[in-house]
Amino acid sequence: MENVTSDLLINLTGVRKAFRAPDRSERTVLEGVNFKLAEGEIVSLLGKSGSGKSTLLRIIAGLIRANGGEVLYRGKTINGPANGISMVFQSFALFPWLTVQQNVELGLEAQAVSAEDREKRAMKVIDVIGLGGFESAYPRELSGGMRQRVGFARALVMEPDVLLMDEPFSALDVLTAETLRGDLLELWQERQIPTKGILFVSHNIEEAVTMSDRVLIFSSDPGRVKAEIPVNLPHPRDTESPAFKAIVDEIYAIMTQQPQRAAGSPAEPLSLGYRLPDATPHKIEGMLETLAEEFNGQADIPALAEMLEVPDDSLFQMLEAGRLLGFTKVEHGDISLLPAGHAYVTASDAKRKELFAEHLLHHISLATHIRRILDERRDHRAPEDRFLQELQDYLTDDEAERVLDLVINWGRYAEVFEYDYNSGVLSLPEEDEKDEAPPVPPAADGGNSAAAAS
Amino acid sequence: MRQKLIPSTMGFAPDIRPNAWDLAALPLVLGVLWLLAFGGMQMATPYNLGDALTVSTDPTDLPYYLLRSFLRMAAGLACSLTFSVVYATLAAKSKYAEKILIPILDVLQSIPILGFLSITVTGFIALFPGNLLGVECAAIFAIFTSQAWNMTFSLYQSLRTIPHDLTEAADMYRLSAWQRFWRLELPFATPPLIWNMMMSVSGGWFFVVASEAITVSGQTIMLPGIGSFISLAITDRNLSAIGWAIGAMLVGILIYDQLFFRPLVAWADKFKFESIPGEEIPSSWLLTYMQRTKLMRHIAASPGILWEISLPLFRRRHDGLGRPVHKGRDMAWFDKAWNAFLALVAAYALIRLADFLKTSIGLDEVLHVFLLGLATAARVLVLIAIASVIWVPVGVWVGLRPKLAQTVQPIAQFMAAFPANLMFPVAVMLIQHFDASVEIWTSPLMILGTQWYILFNVIAGAMAIPTDLKDAAGNFGLKGWQRWKRLILPSIFSSYVTGAITASGGSWNASIVSEMVSWGDTTLMATGVGAYIADATAKGDFPRIWLGCCMLSLFVILFNRLLWRRLYRLAEERWRID
Repeated sequence: MENVTSDLLINLTGVRKAFRAPDRSERTVLEGVNFKLAEGEIVSLLGKSGSGKSTLLRIIAGLIRANGGEVLYRGKTINGPANGISMVFQSFALFPWLTVQQNVELGLEAQAVSAEDREKRAMKVIDVIGLGGFESAYPRELSGGMRQRVGFARALVMEPDVLLMDEPFSALDVLTAETLRGDLLELWQERQIPTKGILFVSHNIEEAVTMSDRVLIFSSDPGRVKAEIPVNLPHPRDTESPAFKAIVDEIYAIMTQQPQRAAGSPAEPLSLGYRLPDATPHKIEGMLETLAEEFNGQADIPALAEMLEVPDDSLFQMLEAGRLLGFTKVEHGDISLLPAGHAYVTASDAKRKELFAEHLLHHISLATHIRRILDERRDHRAPEDRFLQELQDYLTDDEAERVLDLVINWGRYAEVFEYDYNSGVLSLPEEDEKDEAPPVPPAADGGNSAAAAS
Repeated sequence: MRQKLIPSTMGFAPDIRPNAWDLAALPLVLGVLWLLAFGGMQMATPYNLGDALTVSTDPTDLPYYLLRSFLRMAAGLACSLTFSVVYATLAAKSKYAEKILIPILDVLQSIPILGFLSITVTGFIALFPGNLLGVECAAIFAIFTSQAWNMTFSLYQSLRTIPHDLTEAADMYRLSAWQRFWRLELPFATPPLIWNMMMSVSGGWFFVVASEAITVSGQTIMLPGIGSFISLAITDRNLSAIGWAIGAMLVGILIYDQLFFRPLVAWADKFKFESIPGEEIPSSWLLTYMQRTKLMRHIAASPGILWEISLPLFRRRHDGLGRPVHKGRDMAWFDKAWNAFLALVAAYALIRLADFLKTSIGLDEVLHVFLLGLATAARVLVLIAIASVIWVPVGVWVGLRPKLAQTVQPIAQFMAAFPANLMFPVAVMLIQHFDASVEIWTSPLMILGTQWYILFNVIAGAMAIPTDLKDAAGNFGLKGWQRWKRLILPSIFSSYVTGAITASGGSWNASIVSEMVSWGDTTLMATGVGAYIADATAKGDFPRIWLGCCMLSLFVILFNRLLWRRLYRLAEERWRID
C-alpha cells in the first residue's frame, strides 16, 4: 500500500446537502460530512437506504452541488464532473444503440480524441477487462456481467485518478458479482489500471469487507459518518476466517445500534412522519419464526442473516420493523425475542392477527392516528389524500407515499382498517363500525421496550 | 453474423470494389435520384393566377401523377421533421419556451387541416408570383400540418423522459450539448418518432388527395397529382378513371409500405431502449438487402465523417474543477412577469376575437355554427360507437390467433393508409341511385378511413394479452360473456382507447370533406360544421371559414379533454397490465 500521507485525492469537510420541496421545509440529507480519500486506497460507504451515500457519491462526481462545506479533488473545488474522476453505475447506463466499442469510446469521443487513438485505447481496455471479441456487440446481446464490464471499460479508458462506483455489483447474480469483484481487485493490485483511488457505495456488508481498505458507515436522517472501520487483512481475503467474521460482526453491531438514551427516561413516541422500514408483515413473521425455531429466541445478527438468506438491506428493514413493533430487541449485534415476540410465535393464526393489530396500534403512531380519525368520523371513512397531505409536512412526496402505503399494508394485514384502491378511501372494517370506538392507548407509552404485551 | 449499416470503425475498408448486391442496388438508387430531380423540376413551372391548368383523366398519366403526389408527401415529411426537431428541442430545454409552446401545440393539433388550406394558399401564391411553386407550397403546408404536431409531441415527450442514469452518464463523461443531442437524445427519441412519422404519413395520403384541388378567389386550381385526377374524374362522372386511380393508389401505397415504411421501422429497432423478450423484431427485405451491399455501407459512413469533424468544434473544453460558482439568480420575479405577459397577450387576443365575431358575422351565426357542431359531434360519437361494436370483436378474434394476426395487421394498417376520399364518389352514386337519406348515409364516409385505427389497435392489444392470463382463464373455465368481462375487455381497454382517439380525431377532420360530397354536378350536403366549412370554402368566404374552423377545433379540444383523456387515464390506472 502506498504511503497515505501523499496528496489527498478527495477531501470533504463539513459537507451539507438539503433538498427543498416547493412550499415545504428542507430535508437535510447530509450534515457535517468529513471524508478523505488518499492515494492507494479502496474505501466503501455502507448505510441504510436513504442515508445519503449515493448523494455523497454524486456530489464527489460533480453531478450534484453541495449546499455547504468544501469538496476538493487534489486541492481544487469540484463544481462539475472533473477530468480525473469516472463513475460506474448500478444499472450499467450503457447506450443501447452503440456497440461495446462505441460505448467505451464515449468519453474519449467527447474529448475529441482522434478516431485512431480512440480505437487503440478502447481496444486495449476492452482486452484487459475481458471483453475481447465483443467490440461490435450491442448491449442487448450481452449478459448483465458483461454489460457491467463495459461500464468498467468505459470508466477506465479515461484513465481516471478516482473511480467512483454506485453499487456496481448489486444488479448481478452472486457468482457473476464475485467474479467481477475478483477481476477488479486483480487489476488494482497488479497496477494494470492507472487509477489511484476507488470509492464505492454498497449495500452488501461482506462485499464491502472483501474489497475495501476502509469501511465508512453512514447514519441516516441526516446522513453523516457514524463510524470508520479499517480493514487490514491481506488479500485474497477469506470470508470464513475469524478475523473477517469479526469485522463483519462489528459492522452489523454498529449498523443496528440504537441511539443511547439515559436509563429510565421514557421512550419517545414515534413522530407521525417517521420513515418506517420497508418490511411486509409476512417477512416479519418469517423472521420471528426463524428466530424462535432455529435460534431459540436469540441470535447473532450475521448468523441470522445467513440463515434467512436475504440481502443485507432487507434484513435491516426487517430488524427495525420487529423492534418498532415491540416484538424484538437488538443489543450489541445480537437480536432477541421479547416476551411479546414469544407470545406471537406460539399463538394460533387468528390470535397472531390480534396481537399484530394490538402492537400496530400501540407502537406505530401513524396507524394509531389513522384509526382514531376513522373512529371519530361519522361514516368511518377517510380519503388517503388527507393523510398524505399530513405526511407531506414531514417527508418528501415520494417518501410520504411510501410510508402511507406501508402502513395501509400493515393495517390491512392486521384488519384494523380497509382500503379501496380505486377510490383511494380508507375505512373501518364492518364489524368494528358497529362497536363504539375502542379506547386508544395513551401515546406516551409507545416505545421500543414495552415489556408487557397488555 | 449480421453486418450493421453504420460501421463502428472509421477506417475505410481497403476493398471498395462493389459486390454482387451493389450491381443491383446501384440502378435502384440512381433511379430514385433521377425521379427526385425530375419531379422537383416540374414543381417550379411558370404559372399565373387565372391560367387554366390542364389535368387529364387519361390513365397513362397516372404514374406521373403518382410521382408528384409522392413528392409532395416527401417534402411535407421533410419539413415536419425539421420543424419537430427544432420545436421539441426548444420546448424541452427551456421552461419559458415550454409554457407557451406546448399549449400552442395542443391547440394546433385540434385545428382542422383542410379548412385553413384556402386561407394559406393566397399567402403562398404571393410569395412566389408567377410560379406554380406557391400553390405547391400551400399543398405541402397542408400535408405538413397533418404530420408535424404528432411528431413534435412524440419527440417532446421522449426528450423529457430520458432515463436518469443515461443522462448522468452523459454528464459524467462530459458530453457537450451537441454531442448529447446526437448520441443520446435523438437516438432515444427515434423509435417512437419513426413510428409516429409512419402513422402520420399513413394518415397523410388522405390530405394529399384532398389538398391537390385548391379553391382560391372562387377559382379551383388543380395541381398535377392523384387528387386532382380524381377531382376531374368526379366532375366528368368518369367511373373508369376513378377505378384506375384507386388501383394506382393501391400500388403506390404498397410501394411506400415496402420501400419506405417497413425498412425504416426495422432500422429504428436498433434504437429501442428495452427489448421485451419474445417481441417480434420487425424486419424488412429491403433493409437486409441494403445492409449487404458494400457501396451502401460506404455511403452510410459519410455522416460519420461530418460527425468526426464536428467533435472538436463542439466539445466541452473546461472540466468542473475550480470554476467560480455562480449561484442561479432568483428568477421568481421573471417567472411571474412571463406568466403575466402571456396572460395579457391571451386576453388581448380574446377581446379582438369577440369584437371581430360581433362585427363581421354576428352572434346569431355563431350560435348556428355551434348547433351544427353539435350535429357533427353526435355523428362522430354514434359512428365511433358503431365501429367499436363491429371491429372490437373482430379485432379480438384476430388478435387471439397470432398467425392470423400477422397477416391481418398489415392489411388493416394498409387500409388505414388508403385515402378514403377516393371512395366517396362511389358512395355518392349509391346514395343518389337508392335515393337514400343524405343526413344518415353520408355519415359512414367520415369513419370509412378511420375505423381501421380501432381495428388494428385492438388487434395489437389482444396480441399483447399475457399468455399466463389466458391460460389461467382457460384453467378456470371462463367462457362467453364472463371471459369478455373479466379478461378481454380490461386487457384491451387502453389499446382500444388509443385507437378510438385516433379514429375520432380523423373523423372530425374527415367531416369537412364528407359532409359535403359531389358527383358530377350533384352536390349532397348534410347538416354539420364540416359542410359549413366546405361550403364557405367553395364560396371563398373567409370569416365564415375561420368561424367554422374555430368551432370545430373547440369541439375537438372539448372532446379530448372531457372524454378521451379521462378514458385514457382510467385505462392507465385501473386496467394496466404491470
